[in-house]
Amino acid sequence: MDQQLLNAIFIGSIYALFAVGYTLVFGVLDILNLAHSAVFMLGAAVTYSLVINHGQPFWVACILGIAASGFMGLVIEHVCLRPLRRRQAPPIAALISTIGLALIIVAAIEQGQPGQFFAWLWVDGPNSVAFPPGTIPNPTWHVGDLTLEASKVAIIPISIVLMLVLGYVIRYTQVGRGLRAVAENPRAARLMGLDVDRMISLTLVISSALGGLAGILFGVALGDISPYIGRDNVEVRGLAVIVLGGMGSIPGAVVGGYLLGLIEVAALVTLGSNARGGVAFAALFLMLVLRPQGLFGAQLRERI
Amino acid sequence: MDFFFQLFSDPVGFWNSHTLLIAQIGINGILATSMFVVLFSGQLSLAAPGFMAVGAYTSVLMGLYWHTPLALGLVAGTLLAGVVGALVGLPVLRLRGVFLAIATIGFVEALRLGVILNLPITGEGLGLKNPSADPLGGINLILVSFVVVVFVAWRLTKGRLGHAWAAIRQDEIAALSQGIHVARYKLLAFILSAVMAGFAGGLEAHLNFFVDPGDTQYGVTRAVQILTFAVLGGSGFVLGPVVGALFITLLPWIFEAAGPYINIVSGAFLIAIIVFRPQGIVGRGGLAIIRPSWWPRARASAPSTG
Repeated sequence: MDQQLLNAIFIGSIYALFAVGYTLVFGVLDILNLAHSAVFMLGAAVTYSLVINHGQPFWVACILGIAASGFMGLVIEHVCLRPLRRRQAPPIAALISTIGLALIIVAAIEQGQPGQFFAWLWVDGPNSVAFPPGTIPNPTWHVGDLTLEASKVAIIPISIVLMLVLGYVIRYTQVGRGLRAVAENPRAARLMGLDVDRMISLTLVISSALGGLAGILFGVALGDISPYIGRDNVEVRGLAVIVLGGMGSIPGAVVGGYLLGLIEVAALVTLGSNARGGVAFAALFLMLVLRPQGLFGAQLRERI
Repeated sequence: MDFFFQLFSDPVGFWNSHTLLIAQIGINGILATSMFVVLFSGQLSLAAPGFMAVGAYTSVLMGLYWHTPLALGLVAGTLLAGVVGALVGLPVLRLRGVFLAIATIGFVEALRLGVILNLPITGEGLGLKNPSADPLGGINLILVSFVVVVFVAWRLTKGRLGHAWAAIRQDEIAALSQGIHVARYKLLAFILSAVMAGFAGGLEAHLNFFVDPGDTQYGVTRAVQILTFAVLGGSGFVLGPVVGALFITLLPWIFEAAGPYINIVSGAFLIAIIVFRPQGIVGRGGLAIIRPSWWPRARASAPSTG
């Protein structure tokens, strides 16, 4: 039972870290970035590939994996979002263009097989792989009847520190004030001399880098890296998380992430593994019907 | 390219060898029309796969246990989808935009993961064998009902109902102040869309000998695909989503030459279309890309995409 509770916190941290990026983009742009789950997967896949296929040390691979995800944020902005903003397209158009990009990223990893074009990126095709034991430092402790693996325990401080830093940056720094201004009213922000396009690029880079890091943590802790981890594990759950906490609210996404982790583990323990997903989505539906502004509704107007 | 060549050189052979594909286009066309109805009334609902599942499982289970004829099962599934549509539509009426989309995704996945995958009668995760499937016999029914559904949706958008929906889509408060019963019209669109999706689900279940509760069938992936039909085709006119459905269903054949890289090419193509035609292929100004310059412009009253 205690072990289950611990698992809820681990998986909740990953959900929170993923959803913070999701909600940041929604808060600034009012757009759901559906390529975010593909970026999550890309971070894990690039890190794995660098360690196993290219013989890089784990830490270097992690940094490069996060950098690749951040770069993908720039690609999302320049390929999928900026051209649509220029044409004043309805926000729904951005859903389709980000879906298109997600399709491309997943397909590129899927087609990464020995001898194929994408072999430099990934060689395991659509298969699920894990870091072999010993390739990454992973000491394990036993406290009472709990098993603590470093790869899982590390998730909690990493995500909490990062989310605190992000919260500080947005609340108290010049860049954060700029981001909030763009979120509030892009036109007024431009009139005040802010480079709105640059702010939006920055938003996507931060969001995607966090998404990639969440993917790396997921891949290391759960031993499951495949082209489909984003789609199967976090794409829709990320939506549930940001709704539970309140769309566009960063503290809301953090609380929503842990809440979803707890709900899922509670459903797993009481109702069995099949009900796990169903209960989470029923909670999502009820939340929207009863309290659409989410747990942190008062902050909806302020948003980030 | 052999595929399109055969369409013109040997239409009968094309029909015989691609009957299932044509049937799938018809079903996707009905689904696209169901999406069109909600989008036209200003509701971004992604609930269609849930209603499809209701229609599909009802019709298949009735055939399996009560040995009812196919038509009765289809009708029952369609009606039940409408009832479920009313039950889901009522509480989510006040949600707008992305919030409605996410709430309906919640409904779809709660139904699939929470109910269908857990009930013994629906075969849990294993799916359901459907011995009464008739892959080739159903094509006439599918094509006829496709035409009927598109025609009905087109007529509705031209009438009083359509004007009310368009008014609600453009400005809900203004519509309310004009005396339009907003909640009633929105619920009506939601239920109509549910009925169409349930019908399409029932039809589709009888194309295959197996009802598969996978994500690509009754889950979010399917919901997003149906949304893509409507947005890519253009949601201002009933033909838009149908063109989108035709186009998306044929993508694997259009990009046959890309081989294993088909998804990369399709993804790039999706982005290109939506960037160059954000209002959809059939958007404002009609088929603007292929319309010759001397052809009269479409009437200015064509509603814009919502």
